[in-house]
Amino acid sequence: MQRKRTLAQQDTLVGLALILPSFLIILGISLQPILSTLYLSLFEVPRGINLQNTFVGLGNYIALLREPIFWATIGRTLYFTVISVGLELALGLAIAQLIHAHPPGWQFLRTSLIIPWAVPTIVNGTMWRWIYNADYGALNGLFLQLGLIDKYIPWLTRPELAMNLVILADIWHSVPFIALILQAALATLPADLEEAASVDGATALQYFWFIRLPLLRPAILVALIIRTVEAFRAFDIIYVITNGGPANGTVTISFLTYLEMFSFGHAGRGSALSFLISIFTLGLAFIYIRMLYRPEEKL
Amino acid sequence: MKTIRSMLFALMALVLTASVVGCQPSQPAGPVTIRVLTMEQAGPTVEEMNAIVEEFNKTNPDIKVEIEYVAYDALHDKVTTAMASNPPAYDVFLADDIWYAEFAKSGYVLDVTDRITADRREGIFPAAWDITTVGGKVYGMPWLLDEMYFFYNEDLLKQAGFDAPPATWEELIAQAQVMKDQGIVEYPMVWSWGQYEAAICDWVILLSGNGGSLVDDKGAPAFNNEKGVDTLNWMVQTIDDGYTNPASISYVEEDVRNVFSQGKAAFAVNWTYMYDLVNFNADESQVTGKIKMSLMPAFEGSGVQSSSINGSMGFSIAATSPNPDAAWKYIEFLTSEDIQNQYSAHLLPMWQTSFEGENLTKLEGYTPANAVTVPMFNEQFPFAQVRPKVPYYPEASKSLQLALQEALTKQKTPEQALNDAAAKWVELAK
Amino acid sequence: MKKKLRLIVLSILVLLALLFIYVPVAWLVISSISTRAELLSTPIHWIPQNPTLQNYINILAPSQGTSEVAKTFRITLWNSLMVASSVTVIALVFGSLAAYALIRLHFPFRKTLLIGILGTRMIPEISLVIPLYLFATRFGLFNSPVILIITYLSFALPFAIWLMAAFFDTIPVELEDAARIDGCNRIQTFWRIILPISAPGLVSTGLFVFLTAWDEFFFALILTSTVSAKTVPVAIAEFTGRYVVDVGGMMTGGVLAAIPPVLLSLIFQRYIVSGLTAGAVKG
Repeated sequence: MQRKRTLAQQDTLVGLALILPSFLIILGISLQPILSTLYLSLFEVPRGINLQNTFVGLGNYIALLREPIFWATIGRTLYFTVISVGLELALGLAIAQLIHAHPPGWQFLRTSLIIPWAVPTIVNGTMWRWIYNADYGALNGLFLQLGLIDKYIPWLTRPELAMNLVILADIWHSVPFIALILQAALATLPADLEEAASVDGATALQYFWFIRLPLLRPAILVALIIRTVEAFRAFDIIYVITNGGPANGTVTISFLTYLEMFSFGHAGRGSALSFLISIFTLGLAFIYIRMLYRPEEKL
Repeated sequence: MKTIRSMLFALMALVLTASVVGCQPSQPAGPVTIRVLTMEQAGPTVEEMNAIVEEFNKTNPDIKVEIEYVAYDALHDKVTTAMASNPPAYDVFLADDIWYAEFAKSGYVLDVTDRITADRREGIFPAAWDITTVGGKVYGMPWLLDEMYFFYNEDLLKQAGFDAPPATWEELIAQAQVMKDQGIVEYPMVWSWGQYEAAICDWVILLSGNGGSLVDDKGAPAFNNEKGVDTLNWMVQTIDDGYTNPASISYVEEDVRNVFSQGKAAFAVNWTYMYDLVNFNADESQVTGKIKMSLMPAFEGSGVQSSSINGSMGFSIAATSPNPDAAWKYIEFLTSEDIQNQYSAHLLPMWQTSFEGENLTKLEGYTPANAVTVPMFNEQFPFAQVRPKVPYYPEASKSLQLALQEALTKQKTPEQALNDAAAKWVELAK
Repeated sequence: MKKKLRLIVLSILVLLALLFIYVPVAWLVISSISTRAELLSTPIHWIPQNPTLQNYINILAPSQGTSEVAKTFRITLWNSLMVASSVTVIALVFGSLAAYALIRLHFPFRKTLLIGILGTRMIPEISLVIPLYLFATRFGLFNSPVILIITYLSFALPFAIWLMAAFFDTIPVELEDAARIDGCNRIQTFWRIILPISAPGLVSTGLFVFLTAWDEFFFALILTSTVSAKTVPVAIAEFTGRYVVDVGGMMTGGVLAAIPPVLLSLIFQRYIVSGLTAGAVKG
């Protein structure tokens, strides 16, 4: 008994000591900006020198929640997030499994995965904007030579199509992240499990579904959360490929926040928007944790 | 719980006080430093800007000039962020035409009306002063004159049997029809109608070429009338009839240049920069030597001869700069007649005398492109419109961009779209 | 027979994955060695007829006439390298310690802390940048790589903690218990057992943090504007003028910017060994 308590106490002490540096850094960098953003979101902030802010309470939030454009934007952002993260997870999981099966060339594939990810987002956006161009883009060039189309198509002139093409560009850039994380997690899995399963005569699908997937759950959860946070806040790639067009068809919530904060100079509204974004992303994170978290795991 | 909350409040109060009270460094004796924010790849090169500073220091050894260059896209955000600190990170910055009303209302730019001498006021193009003037007060020195021009591919016109460029949009459509009939080009026109400021520029040209305008004398929206609807209808119609490249709905200026450089369009509207690259640079263009410029067409029966859009910029002093006098000295020097004439290889001077006599010959001789663009500037600039000087312009412009896009993508009728945008403008003006 | 079929299917899948990766990359490289006139040709020139290395020469060996962006590009590469590697090292060290504590040790508010840490990253950069800017100017850190390292840690550290926590979580507790029975304390267990096993996780997390810092654009755009601190994405963005977009320059910048992370992953590749066996041998 005596020994056990000391161990628990020791744990708490060591734990706090290990966490403290990170905790202090995060607190130091994030607290002040977050608090001032929260504070600003309660005011109407005229842009300018020496101007008085007017306290409006939750006025900015209420006004935003009442605007149809806000909900339309949230809808588009959810679409962007769900489709891109969903496809990225499916593709990423497939590629990770493929690498883990060690077919010929798996090492080359694993090394290559880093490349799309290493291309800076801003270059990625410009590259895809050129690829999608109606008059000199590679996509039209390729499709025409393959006989899939008989004349050049203006890809970015229809709102829904433009959104899907932006998603494709984002997928190309981000699949490697999920694939590499899951592949690393697979590599950490105990090898004897696999052997045991094959001895038991489990089919590949059974093995994948009942053994591998549950073990991968923590890694999937984290990859999903990180990618969702990023996708929900996607800005650069949209700014470069479509600038929100056509007809606002690719305006997501981060783009709207950018417009409000910087272009329109509504610091109060912009701050309120960014808190709403945080609430939405936290909500999504909670859904994931609910879905993927199992009590026996100590997350 | 209560303690936590009171701690939070204390922290928040601390944080806020800290962010409000900026440090005010005492003015040191000796040379003052003027920090300048300008943009990359515009007007004079970095070497030329440095040479100008060197010359400036010959007569002003006590002023040190530090220049930072950023991309145009970053300029606006950099200025607004810089003005949040006191003293501001920059004493002098470059500002675009459409930001002046906003900057003036926010108190970012110093009123320099009284600093401008009479010979400056009279010597510089009146249309240039429109750039930096808001409500009768001058907030900076105009710089980097630019406007949009009408470009045509002479080779394609000749193939279709035309010797002269169109003088009206109706004439242009007639020529375009012949080109389409003969299979010379599929889409004779390419425009920058994407969801960008460029769409507004194109629209203002068409609208004022139809006798309309964005706002009336009182600054209220005046585009949701018959003329506005007509003009927007014309745009939609040219896409439906195949005169305008349908991808124009997603294009900006640079896409227009690319398509025009391919020889896939016979007519285009773009800024000065396009001429040199399209007509003289074989690495950039497949139609070198075939491109001409002419006066921007207008609509028949509108009573308008031509129209264009003013896209110039200006140099201003940050209102909270601790050294406005030194800053003004530098701006004055940078925009002086002598310096402008000496360093105009990459920019058009705004002094009227630069376009006369010996100066003109010199200006036209700098590059092969200048020989065409300089006289063309003289001819077109009197028709250049300035976009409304309203402090909410960025938001107003976005709502109008949306309206144009909604009409072009057939989500709304032109009338409906313009009415919605006008309602937004009225709301913004409140 | 079944084995052979499996091999063929897998090989085809590898080929498809490689195509998915390399077709756009190939186009990126082709764009960087083509003139614009050639890029604009129809039908498309898949292989440039007049390839040019001018864009690379402008950046790697600039001469009098090259643009300022190209001239200073090498310096910004160096800045990015310093910033991204500092962020990576700091985030890995502190992040893995914190992650281990959060996953393996028992103390109050563990889960709340974990979610709270993530929660700090939910607010978009766009609305944090002005307070951070004021912070930077107050402490004289504007236009300094230090402010980038500090601000990047604000997203790098939470993500490093979360990723490392996930990797630690996949390690069976029994392994640790065995070590502790052998008389190791927590720190020793962490150092001797957990870290070696987590090598793949550490490398992946490191790569993730490095790349996120390498790619970060908005903070760098607002917080730096002189060559002494500008990073690669900001430099690349400057290939865009008011109207002109130097696509060739941008694509070249993209190719060059992708090289350091790829090299890094090649160097660290050998540490991504099949984790558990390696760890078990050492332990």
